[in-house]
Amino acid sequence: MDILTKLFMVFWKIGTFAFGGGMAMLSLIEREVVANYHWISKDTFIDIIGISQMTPGPIAINSATFVGFTSAGVAGALSATSGVILTSFILVSLLHHFVSKFKDSKYLKLALAGMRPAIIALIFSVFIKLAWTSYSSIKGGIIALIAAGMLHYKIHPILVIVASAFLGIIIGM
Amino acid sequence: MKKIIEMFLCFLRIGAFTFGGGYAMIPLIEKEFVDNKNWISKEDFVDIIVLSQSLPGALAVNSSLFVGYKIFGVVGAVLALLGVVIPSFTIIIVISLLFVKFRQNPIVNSAFNGIKSAVPMLILFAIISLGKSLKKNVPTITILLISVFLLLYFNLHPILLIIFSIICGIIFLERNV
Repeated sequence: MDILTKLFMVFWKIGTFAFGGGMAMLSLIEREVVANYHWISKDTFIDIIGISQMTPGPIAINSATFVGFTSAGVAGALSATSGVILTSFILVSLLHHFVSKFKDSKYLKLALAGMRPAIIALIFSVFIKLAWTSYSSIKGGIIALIAAGMLHYKIHPILVIVASAFLGIIIGM
Repeated sequence: MKKIIEMFLCFLRIGAFTFGGGYAMIPLIEKEFVDNKNWISKEDFVDIIVLSQSLPGALAVNSSLFVGYKIFGVVGAVLALLGVVIPSFTIIIVISLLFVKFRQNPIVNSAFNGIKSAVPMLILFAIISLGKSLKKNVPTITILLISVFLLLYFNLHPILLIIFSIICGIIFLERNV
């Protein structure tokens, strides 16, 4: 299987099972793109999460485009991005006449209720994996605490990331 | 013809200004298509958002597709999606080129090391806010604990965990929904 097909298939898989928003999708991306296929390193993965906060667009699109592009140029970016949206396109095409009916579906509600704790667990596992990589120095810990403080006071994530970038430069990380 | 171009440009604008995740897009879509243009009713819009959050994939993608379908059928859906995706796609390609070129620069490197320290905190806060809205009954907490265990100890694949949790939800959570 050539790289373009692989990119398409892997991101299709990611887009099909990514319930619960961008953060939950991160665990799928980490597992497939970083751990299985090594298309980007864990460090680059963290970089792209940060970049995604500062750029428009959902993390799904941003990471698909980035990974696709760095692996196989524009064709790669197109393959990965088409893959990640494919299932959405299919499902919406099937359901768009039945929106109010489906949103009230009993089985959907039960499935979602079951998924919610799992999604939290997934995001927690990403946190553990990334914190392990990031927090190996005191300087890192200081920036983390400052970031946490900013988030606690409801400062927008974009500003938090920008601030952490500046702090990184200033304290010479 | 004019309406469809207008819709596309609108989504292009929304796509260019939605930072920090799909949720930020919701008020933008509402303002443009419900309030200003009145191409969708408030009720239909709310239904779309609820279903979009429940389906897999990015909220931004699902909701723009639904809205596009509502306004102009399949052509509308495709154009809405293109509008939302094109700005990110282009910007990320530019950034990727810069990234490859400048990532090793010492100043850029320091900046990213700073970012690296902040990112796990973003994730942690996402967990906290989701945790707050989680129904805290025994079956749900049990699924949570089992999930954490399966992920961290057995390194279970996220997809398998999701399937497992859907099954658990259907079997065990009827009383608690």
